Amino acid sequence: MASFEPVLTRNFGVENIRSIDVYRAKGGYKAAETALRSMSPEQVVEVVTAANLRGRGGAGFPAGVKWSFLPKDRRITYLCVNADESEPGTFNNRALMEGDPHQVLEGILISGYATRTTTAYIYMRVEFHEQFHVLQKALDAAYAAGLFGRNILGTNFSMDCYIHRGAGAYVCGEETGLIESLEGKRGWPRIKPPFPAVEGLFRRPTVVNNVETLACVVHIIERGAEWFKSIGTANSAGPKLYTISGPVKRPGVYEAPLGLSCRELIFGDAYAQGMSDGKGVKGCIPGGLSVGVLTEQELDCKLDFDDVRKYGLLGLGTAGAIVIPSDADIRQVLMNVTRFYAHESCGQCTQCREGTSWMYKIAARIAIGAGRIEDLDLLIEVSQNMGMMGGLSICGLPDGAAYPIRTIVEKFRDEFERHIRAQEPGRAAEVLRRLNPAAYSLPILGQSRWVGVR
Amino acid sequence: MAWESLDRRTPVIEPNAPPVLSEAIRAKIRSFFPRYETKRAALLPALHVVQDALGHVSWQAMKEIAEVLEIPPAQVLDTISFYTHFWTHEKGRKVVVLCRSLSCQLLGADAVRQAIERQLKIGEHETTEDGAYSFVTEECLAACDHAPCLLINERLHKCVKPGDVPKLLADPNNDRVAMPRSELFDRPAGSAVESKGGA
Ligand SMILES: Cc1cc2nc3c(=O)[nH]c(=O)nc-3n(C[C@H](O)[C@H](O)[C@H](O)COP(=O)(O)O)c2cc1C
Ligand code: SF4
Ligand code: FES
Repeated sequence: MASFEPVLTRNFGVENIRSIDVYRAKGGYKAAETALRSMSPEQVVEVVTAANLRGRGGAGFPAGVKWSFLPKDRRITYLCVNADESEPGTFNNRALMEGDPHQVLEGILISGYATRTTTAYIYMRVEFHEQFHVLQKALDAAYAAGLFGRNILGTNFSMDCYIHRGAGAYVCGEETGLIESLEGKRGWPRIKPPFPAVEGLFRRPTVVNNVETLACVVHIIERGAEWFKSIGTANSAGPKLYTISGPVKRPGVYEAPLGLSCRELIFGDAYAQGMSDGKGVKGCIPGGLSVGVLTEQELDCKLDFDDVRKYGLLGLGTAGAIVIPSDADIRQVLMNVTRFYAHESCGQCTQCREGTSWMYKIAARIAIGAGRIEDLDLLIEVSQNMGMMGGLSICGLPDGAAYPIRTIVEKFRDEFERHIRAQEPGRAAEVLRRLNPAAYSLPILGQSRWVGVR
Repeated sequence: MAWESLDRRTPVIEPNAPPVLSEAIRAKIRSFFPRYETKRAALLPALHVVQDALGHVSWQAMKEIAEVLEIPPAQVLDTISFYTHFWTHEKGRKVVVLCRSLSCQLLGADAVRQAIERQLKIGEHETTEDGAYSFVTEECLAACDHAPCLLINERLHKCVKPGDVPKLLADPNNDRVAMPRSELFDRPAGSAVESKGGA
């Protein structure tokens, strides 16, 4: 651990690092020169593939492999940089863009070269106002220095780069939702295949990558694939920006080798340094809201692409940890989580649209003290009947909804039951009857009883 | 819910309304065309430019945007109704956007919300009588390390306590980011519009 040298954050806090001259004085754009002047695009793809750089945007797909899916005979290629960052608990892209904007642009340049990109679009969520100005100013300076536009660095490689601002929709972070949104449409994800690499933006071959993924490329070119693989664990190579928030002493962004344990992230001296106000930990959602929850006893889970699955989580996600303190009411947590997905479902697929808002309604009733024990089974059942993994929906949003909701209900079931048993008798039935008696007289699958209003 | 029109009153459609997009605004929208293969792709930038210039995007403005982009107005309406950022009816000069996601809630966003509603005397999706403020809540603003946080127009306010709210809302410069800025998406210079809040 002690030998770990942060690279993604190495320039954070350097005075005037947003200026291109300062970035260059720190060795910036050297990797881009190496790539463009002395490597072929195919060689860059090879090095990135050899480094096993897995996507940092949530799905963890190897970047080099994704790039190699582009058809060989293409003339136009688009690179979409995913800076939509809307996963609750996640802010590493924001930190990269405001902390070292030229590193992000250098990553785009090298990756654009590797994929023979003609135009790169940085799709940035609109709430990033400051970050937009920072990055646009940096981009203007990079253009003036001949790093974007025609014949970059005197080679015959040309590429444009623009920032495209979103308009407030989580689902536009999904790669094909992003593409639709860029085309000026509502951000409705597309059915795949065809995958974007074959038919993406304006029906051309397109690569979508997260900001952090592209920032890693700079260091892979600078230091080589072997160096990258020497960091982290066998299947999860490289440094990662972990973010942590909630009632901890030092919320923020921390760079560490992949495989950091959740406990270390919360309590480690180099990280969040424990809970504020002497609170205990009830649980932690370790990878952005969509991955699911770890209980206090499970905090030794290693945050890499594999270990998380042993704890029933969806995956590493974005490695944005939200710590839930022991005095939080789990019913409020569940309501907050379900509301997010109900609000952000784009509404194309029935299971997702109806399922997410149904779960929100159930969670809201539990939160106001009108829950039923059966509701807990109902939540789990609904969560199992949606999602791309089961082939029931177009994109991964409902999978991301199912995991946190299911793990919260399963892992904290005792607590929910305690609250429900302590409710005023008859309250649940009364509220139900008032809201919609018919809607809740439904059978729970796999159980031979009807759950009517009692 | 993205598929549900939450904050949108039916736009008043007046067949003989006068044009609202100045030539400067139209030119600004057209300046985005070279970036994309289709003109339709310039729709989000166009909506940003129009909302920044006029405060909101009326049905008349949608029709004129459609004209500039050479697409049917229905496509503009379809797109705009999907995104929470755009207003199809008048909003306040400043919009307070409070984060309501988990980290912020765990650190007291509910109390901040009550303080805002008390101070402005409005609820969510409402606008004060003098047209100074509108108030909405949104999901995670990607600033959870500063929870609870809120945006006032462009400016992010970090770790807001309920007690800070009256002073915060009284500050005339609470909506500006003081830094070198890019004018790309800004209101075009010289367009005849009301001045946008603040001092
Ligand atoms: C509902 C949903 C939201 C997503 N939001 C984001 C996001 O905000 N940022 C991001 O980088 N990836 C997001 N993704 C993942 C992208 O679809 C895609 O996998 C990623 O951008 C690929 O980049 P990477 O391979 O570099 O990780 C989201 C996926 C889903 C299903
Ligand atoms: S799964 Fe949900 S968010 Fe994804 S496309 Fe279908 S309705 Fe939209
Ligand atoms: S939860 Fe409020 S900014 Fe992320």
